[in-house]
Amino acid sequence: MTDVATPATAATPPARGRPVALGPPGPEPTASGRFEGFGGQFVPETLIPALEELEAEFRVAWTSDGFRTEFADLLTNYAGRPTPVTECANLSDRLGVRVLLKREDLTHTGSHKINNVLGQALLTRRMGKRRVIAETGAGQHGVATATACALFGLDCTVFMGAVDVERQALNVWRMQLLGAEVVPVQSGSRTLKDAVNDALRDWVATVESTHYCIGSVVGPHPYPWIVREFQRVVGDEARAQCLAHLGRDPDVVIACVGGGSNAIGTFTGFVDSPARLIGVEAGGLGIESGRHGASVARGVPGVLHGARSLFLQDEAGQILEAHSISAGLDYPGVGPEHAGLAAAGRAEYVSATDEVALEGFRLLSETEGIVPALEPAHAIGWLARAAGNEVPAGATVLVTMSGRGDKDAAQVAEILRLR
Amino acid sequence: MNLGPHLTARRDAGASLLVPYVTGGLGDDWADVVRAVVDAGADAVEIGIPFSDPVMDGPTIQAASVRALEAGTTSTSILAEVRTLDVGVPLAVMTYCNLVFHAGCTRFAEALHAAGVDGAILPDLPLGEIDEWAAAADAAGVETVMLAAPNTTDARLDAICARSRGFLYGVSLMGITGERDSLATSAAEIARRAKAATDLPVLLGVGISTPEQAADASRAADGVVVGSALIARLLDGAGPDGAHDLVAAFRRALDGD
Repeated sequence: MTDVATPATAATPPARGRPVALGPPGPEPTASGRFEGFGGQFVPETLIPALEELEAEFRVAWTSDGFRTEFADLLTNYAGRPTPVTECANLSDRLGVRVLLKREDLTHTGSHKINNVLGQALLTRRMGKRRVIAETGAGQHGVATATACALFGLDCTVFMGAVDVERQALNVWRMQLLGAEVVPVQSGSRTLKDAVNDALRDWVATVESTHYCIGSVVGPHPYPWIVREFQRVVGDEARAQCLAHLGRDPDVVIACVGGGSNAIGTFTGFVDSPARLIGVEAGGLGIESGRHGASVARGVPGVLHGARSLFLQDEAGQILEAHSISAGLDYPGVGPEHAGLAAAGRAEYVSATDEVALEGFRLLSETEGIVPALEPAHAIGWLARAAGNEVPAGATVLVTMSGRGDKDAAQVAEILRLR
Repeated sequence: MNLGPHLTARRDAGASLLVPYVTGGLGDDWADVVRAVVDAGADAVEIGIPFSDPVMDGPTIQAASVRALEAGTTSTSILAEVRTLDVGVPLAVMTYCNLVFHAGCTRFAEALHAAGVDGAILPDLPLGEIDEWAAAADAAGVETVMLAAPNTTDARLDAICARSRGFLYGVSLMGITGERDSLATSAAEIARRAKAATDLPVLLGVGISTPEQAADASRAADGVVVGSALIARLLDGAGPDGAHDLVAAFRRALDGD
């Protein structure tokens, strides 16, 4: 373990204002890893010891000052946190609602995914493991994992659906540049769902030396809990920034939902506030078309990738392929805590089609000079249509800008060129 | 016919147990494949109900699952054919727990029983999540076979053995299903530990690829489950006759012929 690199921790104040202050550890799920009955640990026996080790390690680490200090330091001096909350005057004028953006697009590697991977890299080092595997859809989590592995001197293998390898070529190259091996997954629908399957299959064989760095609040317990805790910095920061800027909580908090990590990170900061919490799922070609990724809206309870949650399934219980213009939302399920928040009525889940996401992509670019990733473009596009009705005129709305749009520029350019 | 009593009686009579795996719905003649492997000397047959996302399975059984699903196979269609099988040995289904929960535990267990299925193997339903299913299976008279892996702790192995019915499925290696060049060194060790922990028959599965490996494995265990080696030949078009020949070769190796 001693020859695994320890990133230098700077004692100097960060360039971007105050250092990250982590909130206290949040509530744990039940002992069986449940959120309102969703969650659990539905995995092959071979993985049970690793999940038990991970849970024990995280529980100790997450209440240890040393771990928290090092995590906060990495978030500050490496990832570039805290990220600002940006008031969007032009967009607000256009929509008749006051729009604030939580700017995860400004983090190192360009999305909120970096928060989680830095935490999991620290856990990997604590457990003495030398190899990390990850799944990726859009490539953002893969790039973030490859980045953390480069920093910590860990071997990295990223499983990516062959379809996604093709539509996210730039991120594939970035991962390879960072020293990761990218494995194109040819099974099933050859997208994110299948990348998770192949990562799990690898892990069953390599679990004693390998940590599986899951990228969202999905998978078996303790992952949904761990990833939420590493992502709650998004919501905790945003809550404090809103209080400082507005003097109160926003009326509505919106985030896009694939597996749901940026949304859980955001919602956790506001779950005990009066704010409405709205998750925007991928509407694909339209909910009625059957080709979408709206797992809360159209999923049914089931078990996939180690957890009981809501999944798109056919009448026989086979998992359906999701569809979205955005690789990051192209997943036929949702994290168990979202299923729990939906069941409890604490969060609402809506959807935005591919077309609406493209509207959001252009709208934010044109009005604010901020090119969003296609994932949060769903949230912007939904808000643009909902402003004045589902979101009342004059409301104050916080939207999490989970990532920047560079990775999607070529894809969107091609779509628009063909019209 | 009950799985546990049948396999235990065969073991106690000195036999090394042979349980081939056949993917339900793989080809129109899959029921004939089941009959053929029984005719070739199987002590029981594991029938796979294909699932879209089989994380414990390697490329061979994944391919068989895809082919069966593309042909329109469902739990219901498989059980309807199983009901017509009258093969004289116990049958167990192997599937993933989403299909069980989708149908509902009680309904699924009762459907298995009604189809004449004696046992169930659910590789993604570990001990900590077993209660709801196990209660339904016990009530319906379906024996739930538990799996133990090479890295399962002693304390956990005891609990798994206590909850297992029919037999104890020892996973021979750290990994998913699929053919391997040699028998893993972990195979004998998990078999030895499991046999010390239970009187149930202990069968090794995952990676048992050749008759020679099966014979090796059966020196430590009470028998073997053979999956990918058989499925690979079925995917190549071996049909019931080819399946019969392969399983007969395993039978001869286990019998020391």
